[in-house]
Amino acid sequence: MSFFRPDRMLAFGVVAVVVALLPALLPAYASFELTYVAAYAIAILGLIILTGKNGQISLGHGAFIAIGGYTVAVLASKAGLPYWVGIPAAGVLAGLIGIGIGVVALRLEGVYLALATFALAVSVPSLLKRFSGLTGGVGGIVLTPVAPPAGLAIDPERWFYYVAWAIAGALFILTALLLEGRLGRSLRALRDNEVAAISFGVNPHFYKTLAFAWSAAYAGIAGALIAIATAFVSPDSYGFNLSITVLIGAVLGGLESLWGAVVGGLVVEFLPLWAQKINEAAPSVVYGVALIAVMLLMPGGIAGTLIRLVRGRRDPGGAGGAAAQAESPAVVAVPVAPAE
Amino acid sequence: MLTIRQASAWVAALAAFAFTATSIGPVSAEDGVTPTEILLGGTDPFSGPASAYGAVGKGSAAYFQYVNDHGGVNGRKIIYKDLDDGYSPPQTVQLTRQLVEQDKVFAIFASLGTACSTAIRPYLNQNKVPQLFVATGASKWAHDAAEFPWTIGWQPDYESEAIIYGRNVVKEKPNAKVAIIYQNDDFGQDYLNGFKQGLGSHASAIVKTASYEVTDPDVSSQIASLKASGADTLLIAATPKFAIQSLVATAQQGWKPQIYLTNVSSAQPIMRAATKAGGGPEATNGVISTQYSIDPADPKWANDPGYKLFKEIMDKYVPGADQTNGIYLIGMAYAYTMVDVLKSAGKDLTREKAMKAALSLNETDNPFLYTGLKVVTSPTNHFPITSEALVKYTDGKWVATGAVIDARAIIKTEK
Repeated sequence: MSFFRPDRMLAFGVVAVVVALLPALLPAYASFELTYVAAYAIAILGLIILTGKNGQISLGHGAFIAIGGYTVAVLASKAGLPYWVGIPAAGVLAGLIGIGIGVVALRLEGVYLALATFALAVSVPSLLKRFSGLTGGVGGIVLTPVAPPAGLAIDPERWFYYVAWAIAGALFILTALLLEGRLGRSLRALRDNEVAAISFGVNPHFYKTLAFAWSAAYAGIAGALIAIATAFVSPDSYGFNLSITVLIGAVLGGLESLWGAVVGGLVVEFLPLWAQKINEAAPSVVYGVALIAVMLLMPGGIAGTLIRLVRGRRDPGGAGGAAAQAESPAVVAVPVAPAE
Repeated sequence: MLTIRQASAWVAALAAFAFTATSIGPVSAEDGVTPTEILLGGTDPFSGPASAYGAVGKGSAAYFQYVNDHGGVNGRKIIYKDLDDGYSPPQTVQLTRQLVEQDKVFAIFASLGTACSTAIRPYLNQNKVPQLFVATGASKWAHDAAEFPWTIGWQPDYESEAIIYGRNVVKEKPNAKVAIIYQNDDFGQDYLNGFKQGLGSHASAIVKTASYEVTDPDVSSQIASLKASGADTLLIAATPKFAIQSLVATAQQGWKPQIYLTNVSSAQPIMRAATKAGGGPEATNGVISTQYSIDPADPKWANDPGYKLFKEIMDKYVPGADQTNGIYLIGMAYAYTMVDVLKSAGKDLTREKAMKAALSLNETDNPFLYTGLKVVTSPTNHFPITSEALVKYTDGKWVATGAVIDARAIIKTEK
């Protein structure tokens, strides 16, 4: 189960090299798009912790993405703080608010928790409009585009691409390490059988709240990166669709493995664009069909299926499949409507 | 494994290919212009909460098709790549960058929504890509022209419209006592500023103002406080939901001021809803608003050449769509001005020339506009349409009052 197992290190190394080389091979615009993939992957990493590993469902992570985005925007525009201060601050603030929501979440389960968090996603844009002195109201806040450090001969798109992916990589390793130990075991135990977990001394209140805050912090960091890349925040940026979209990304990517986050990030960024290319008249239909197809054909998500294929080839019919089975969450996400 | 010799042969072949590729490329140095085509890009909400506005993009696309089928512009066909941003600014930014960097569009045309268009404005100006005829009524497109010279709006801005109401109050009722309800954001502020400019030396006629937040559930308490001020004239600078609430509350509280209602909230379905909820025609009779385009829902335009053209284009290029929906027509009106700009920018089309043409417009023949209205710009005046016709709601429909007021002489070009 260790992240330092050679095959896992190898997989991470290969992906890291690919990520490092891509900007050199692709136009600046592609780096810009892939920066969003990194941001969405971070948000989905949080959902994998919350839903995949702990069995709680949130339809409201768009709210934490909004909190992260506005944290970095307000700190930059009102207090003149640099983005490298704003990004961690976004994570901390979203995490703190996540603790508050997590405490409420303790009392709710399954569909009720989904509904309560959905209310959060719906209400945040309105709240942002209300405190217009701080948030710029409906008009939002225009941010200064990101600039590479002086003396570094790199264009801004590629620079911020590396920043975003470095953060994503660091959070990936951190998550893998934390989930390996006592913390990860406790989260999974609560997911699989709460009563049994409690009788073994796992404090459900502590761990469930922690899972919520932890994933909210990731969503906050993702929101900060998106806001900086877009160089603009406004309430319209954070409609409730966003919450659904990242959850779709998590489900399609796969909630079993952390790699689901990377695949999910690609899905969130490129599936709508691809759907529009396939059929300009009805992109949401193409989107919905693609969604249903993946859910039917790959119940473990795209990453889960890929991992199973690789493992199956390595030791046919072996323990790999069984291990992946054991990893799969007992609680599966509620059926999700395609984002309109 | 490649040997050095093989590798160098490959490099030489690639270089030769790259060289020939550039030498046989388009004649024009400008992105998005070939001898046969002009590529325009845009973003519209075809999905999501504001998808009703997507009809603007469809109307524009239909008009471009019509122009292409009638010979195009200076021998070139217009290709309009209009993408769905779902009214979400991060989407707008990504799609716009895709349009500029990947599809290499010549210009961004009629991107819709104030927030979405604000998000892409710095990028487009930095890259000197024309952001022509932003589809929102914010006055900042004109006021910020010094900072963002590659951006220009089109429709009458909220400030100009409020000036028009102010002028009308001064003319019709110089001793009026005016109350104002406005939305507490840029839209409401534009209105407030404009109305004061329109009143000019009569600015003291404003006896009370009340604002609401878009998150407020109801505005009837604001209306009650405005009524208590003793005002006899009410200006409603509110988005549709709150405009209906204002009209209804005014009627229910037995207050009978002369009402001026923003064009934003003057569409027929809104007026009908207010009439019904307000307890009958009394609730809306006599309300004054403005129009700047043909209203295809109103039979009085049936014989107007502009309406006939609209109908012809709708029949052919947007079959099955609702032909009383004025949003399609607005899209065509935008596209008409765009075609004018491309025409006058000439055969040797560049972004700079197009921008210059967009800032020296004197379009008097846009068939989709209200009779007699013009689209006029100059390098120092970025307000394309500043005049509107005043209309009065009478027994279920808007009736022309005959007055067309131009705010151009009053509006301040600098903020």
